[in-house]
Amino acid sequence: MKNKIILTSALALVISGPAFSADGVSAEEVTASAATPEPVVVAQVAGANVFNRNLKKVKVKNAPPPEDGIHDPENEGTYVLQPPLEAYQGLPTSPYGNYVDWVKAIDEKKLQPRWDRIDSSEEAFVMDLDVLREVKASVPDVIFPHRQHTEWLACSNCHPAIFIPQKGANQINMSGILLGQKCGVCHGKVSFPITTKSCKKCHSQPKPEDWTPPLSEATLKNPWR
Amino acid sequence: MSSSTKHSKWRYVLLGVTAWLAAFMIPQAAHAEYGDVVINNYADAAGIRPAVFPHWFHRIRFRCKVCHADLGFQFKAGGNKIDMAKIIDGKFCGACHNGEVAWSVENCAMCHSGVPGTPTHFHGSTVQSLIAPAYKPLEGK
Ligand code: HEC
Ligand code: HEC
Ligand code: HEC
Ligand code: HEC
Ligand code: HEC
Ligand code: HEC
Repeated sequence: MKNKIILTSALALVISGPAFSADGVSAEEVTASAATPEPVVVAQVAGANVFNRNLKKVKVKNAPPPEDGIHDPENEGTYVLQPPLEAYQGLPTSPYGNYVDWVKAIDEKKLQPRWDRIDSSEEAFVMDLDVLREVKASVPDVIFPHRQHTEWLACSNCHPAIFIPQKGANQINMSGILLGQKCGVCHGKVSFPITTKSCKKCHSQPKPEDWTPPLSEATLKNPWR
Repeated sequence: MSSSTKHSKWRYVLLGVTAWLAAFMIPQAAHAEYGDVVINNYADAAGIRPAVFPHWFHRIRFRCKVCHADLGFQFKAGGNKIDMAKIIDGKFCGACHNGEVAWSVENCAMCHSGVPGTPTHFHGSTVQSLIAPAYKPLEGK
């Protein structure tokens, strides 16, 4: 174990060599500076001010199981599992989630997943009913489409445990959705996630022409306004 | 002054080394396929790798309704308390992984393929990708 750590440290040093010179602290400099000290405040500030402190971009999309971080590469079964990209060949794409547009895939009959565990001829019970929800913020209003949902789900998956089947009877807001409530039971986990690129999938009904955002009380009461 | 300067330089070297070590040793969980579920209520304790359930693979073959309505899987990672006794009785995964609808249970390594020690979680969920905990609304709003 100890040996392994020493070895990895050595490896890390070798690989990180260039990274350190980029920060202006190469191995030679460290030795030299022991004799002639110089202020390194700049280096510290530079270290804190990386350009993107919090932005994380997805570097690898649809990684095969042995490289995806949750499957164990030491398990031989891992190599028998199918890499997602192989299965997604020819399916319509989307910019998030699995990077597959699952709704289009069914609409275009590129996929015909079973509605019954065994009988592949049983058809989904599809209901085409849109429910409009007016949103108090400036974002477009939300249309909940039953059609796309009933292609995949049974009524009992949502009614009545998640939603009372009555227009406007349910309290829904974004914070709850992000925490996994209401629409967030599925969206953000299996069905398409909540990201800037997906807002308009749900917020799909533009506001009326004459709509203006209500002013906050603090503004209305402001004598300098 | 001089000793503190030297100290802070070394601290950076140490930090760098630690960062590289971390990059090599911590699994890169950020790459896993959206919708993969690691199920580890009991697996680690029983000395077997956690099970990994791939939603993407199954939804190509079945609608959500088959598992979440007909077979009674609750919408909750780890919430179904699945174990091998239930599976060989034909419940949960066992409703299909029985050598009839899909390959049979003796293929342990196909399901128990997770990195040991990975907690039960839903991979790539929106909540996990947030920088700060999800926004808490104001009282009464
Ligand atoms: C509704 C039926 C059904 C249920 C329930 C089900 N599976 Fe499957 N599963 C399948 C089918 C069908 C296949 C494809 C079998 C084949 O390739 O012959 C499959 C394949 C798999 C694979 C291999 C994927 C690959 O890359 O080839 C894994 C892993 C798996 N299932 C895990 C599970 C686990 C874990 C559960 C329970 C939590 C489960 N399955 C429940 C039907 C099901
Ligand atoms: C994905 C979840 C989901 C599924 C599946 C679903 N519904 Fe709904 N349903 C909703 C939501 C959300 C609303 C809107 C509730 C609101 O506005 O508060 C709704 C509203 C309704 C309403 C009230 C409409 C109105 O104008 O008052 C009826 C009736 C209804 N659903 C019936 C069904 C039936 C029948 C099915 C199965 C064929 C079904 N739903 C499947 C989520 C779902
Ligand atoms: C029980 C799970 C579930 C719940 C709850 C749910 N959805 Fe969905 N939704 C799905 C699935 C599955 C799809 C199919 C597309 C996918 O998986 O990405 C879908 C698709 C959609 C689409 C269609 C996208 C398209 O490409 O046409 C919209 C819009 C949508 N959902 C909005 C909502 C809204 C708004 C709510 C809450 C009122 C909600 N959903 C709640 C499962 C759910
Ligand atoms: C899965 C569908 C869905 C997605 C995706 C979605 N929203 Fe929403 N959003 C809703 C619903 C439903 C409401 C509640 C509408 C209502 O008041 O009835 C809502 C409400 C809101 C509100 C009003 C304030 C509140 O919390 O109620 C804002 C602002 C908002 N969304 C912004 C966004 C932004 C920004 C995104 C993209 C990052 C986004 N939404 C993505 C479904 C969605
Ligand atoms: C179809 C997928 C699947 C297959 C095949 C499978 N398991 Fe499991 N197994 C699971 C799931 C899911 C769990 C629940 C994991 C948890 O919550 O920790 C589990 C749990 C376990 C547990 C801990 C809980 C208990 O039942 O005591 C053991 C031990 C176990 N499996 C051994 C095996 C062995 C040995 C085999 C091969 C003979 C096998 N499994 C095959 C899916 C599977
Ligand atoms: C082959 C069976 C199967 C199919 C098909 C399936 N699921 Fe699942 N689902 C599971 C299993 C297994 C779990 C994990 C349950 C556990 O750990 O106890 C799960 C968990 C979930 C969760 C819980 C997430 C959480 O963190 O709480 C959601 C939401 C979900 N599935 C949505 C869907 C949607 C939407 C579809 C259709 C697009 C779908 N599932 C299709 C088997 C399935």
